[in-house]
Amino acid sequence: MKKELTEAKLFINNIKDKFFTVLIVFLSIAMVIPLILILFYIFRNGIMAINWELFFNIPKPTGETGGGVSNAIVGSLILIFFACIIALPVGIASGIYLSENKSGKLAQIARVTVDVLQGIPSIVIGIIAYIWIVVPSKSFSAISGSVSLAIMMLPVVIKNTEETLKLIPLSLKEAAYALGVPYHRVILKVVLPAGLSGVLTGILVSVARIAGETAPLLFTAFGNPFFSTNLFKPIEALPHIIFKYASSPYEDWQSIAWGASLILVAFVLFLNLIAKVVSKKWKVKF
Amino acid sequence: MKSSNGKTIIFRRIILLSIIIVCFLFLAMFISLLVASFPSIIKFGISFFTGSTWDPVSGQFGALPFIIGTLLTSITALLISIPFALSIALFLGEYFNSGPISNFLSSSMELLAGIPSIIYGIWGLFVLAPVIRSFQLAIGVPPLGVGIFTASIILAIMIIPYSASIAREVIGMVPEELKEAAYSLGATRFEVTKKVIFPYSGSGIFAGILLSFGRALGETMAVTMVIGNSYDIPNSLFSPAHTISSLIANEFTEATDSVYVSSLIEMGLILFVITIIFGILGRFTIQKLSIKD
Repeated sequence: MKKELTEAKLFINNIKDKFFTVLIVFLSIAMVIPLILILFYIFRNGIMAINWELFFNIPKPTGETGGGVSNAIVGSLILIFFACIIALPVGIASGIYLSENKSGKLAQIARVTVDVLQGIPSIVIGIIAYIWIVVPSKSFSAISGSVSLAIMMLPVVIKNTEETLKLIPLSLKEAAYALGVPYHRVILKVVLPAGLSGVLTGILVSVARIAGETAPLLFTAFGNPFFSTNLFKPIEALPHIIFKYASSPYEDWQSIAWGASLILVAFVLFLNLIAKVVSKKWKVKF
Repeated sequence: MKSSNGKTIIFRRIILLSIIIVCFLFLAMFISLLVASFPSIIKFGISFFTGSTWDPVSGQFGALPFIIGTLLTSITALLISIPFALSIALFLGEYFNSGPISNFLSSSMELLAGIPSIIYGIWGLFVLAPVIRSFQLAIGVPPLGVGIFTASIILAIMIIPYSASIAREVIGMVPEELKEAAYSLGATRFEVTKKVIFPYSGSGIFAGILLSFGRALGETMAVTMVIGNSYDIPNSLFSPAHTISSLIANEFTEATDSVYVSSLIEMGLILFVITIIFGILGRFTIQKLSIKD
């Protein structure tokens, strides 16, 4: 009697176990479906809209068919470039500080700040850039867009730099010190080159992150139907033109939005891929 | 020797200055938001949180519908995401932690995490919303397609890779000896998961959920495109609504008078404070966990 009971219990336990395994496999694989669907639709609808005009023309006024997003592509590149110029020096220098000062009050505060910065919604960062730059200068501008994107990329750059440089062994630095190399040269000529892959990965990942950001640009870069490279004037960006055209009622514009989406996704995934290759190929190993 | 000494001092100052800038950045953000939302705080006080009319024409601003919209959307998204995120974390961290399928799944999650928010938005608007519309027709609710439910699904897809990767990490931290001890007593994998892995990594998984909740609260573009833009307090999961972030995204550039702008900035301030609270809570839970090991 007792033996039967345990056998029955074992059987039920085994069934539960099998069921749970199947459930986990099923739910996990199910999450690949949205990815496939998203990529499929972006590719299918995007490829139909891709032509030379899309890359080399600027948008046509409402009512005319055709037109392209060349101003948005160039605008995005300008916004990203200046965001890098603002964020990289501060970000890499802060990363160096954190890797050099593992404990210490300032470093602790900074670590928490960086974590918190990373969690701030992008739309709020847009408001900040609006208050700091758009309001005093009384104009929407490319540079205010770059500032908001720079704030977004800062935490990613700092964290990647810190984490890579922490892995550089002390013996390497000591060897350099023993040769009489001054501190700043040890950091710039020994530590930083040794951890270059991690720093580079951080830069690539953060650029991929800001390339697709729309919310902080809504009221900073603002968008511009014309071709503009002026830093102090509104500028168009790829994600922003997608938002504008996708929410419009014109089918022609919606199609351009799909085309622009394909360009953006290809660009972002390409950056992520390079980041992966860089971090694998030049991994810091000692 | 002297000049290189001087350079070293300059170098040290530069990196010190950078870190101080980073620390002050956060404080400066908070103060700017607070100052800019002052006109609205003075005018409405606490009634900003309880008021349910948002009427720029008559200058009445109450944030309640949008706070409810934000919470409802994020909580629904969170509930949808938890089973999937936990399954993926167990799949990658415990059940099949190596091999081609595991690599494929973890690359897929990385891809999903890398897709920009606006792309989720355009996909949600043109692909998911029509599907939801026919679903709504089938169950007999107004077939709008857009609304809280659609936004929640999109949000869930967006936060799953994030919470799954945190949960996977903490599940990977469970000591082998503990699991082996349970197995040697004859426990099945399900029992090990339930009685060893979950109790051990529970607080870490919880922290991951908190962090993804913070993310869901602030997500803007994807939600803006599928939320349906309504100023009323949502009365069902399918109703159109506005979240705090979608309202800001839609109205900020149209806001003309200073109280209007200031009210929108105060909404941003609310979002800022809430996400920081969740971020810090999540961070400390994880930190406590790593100290334990």
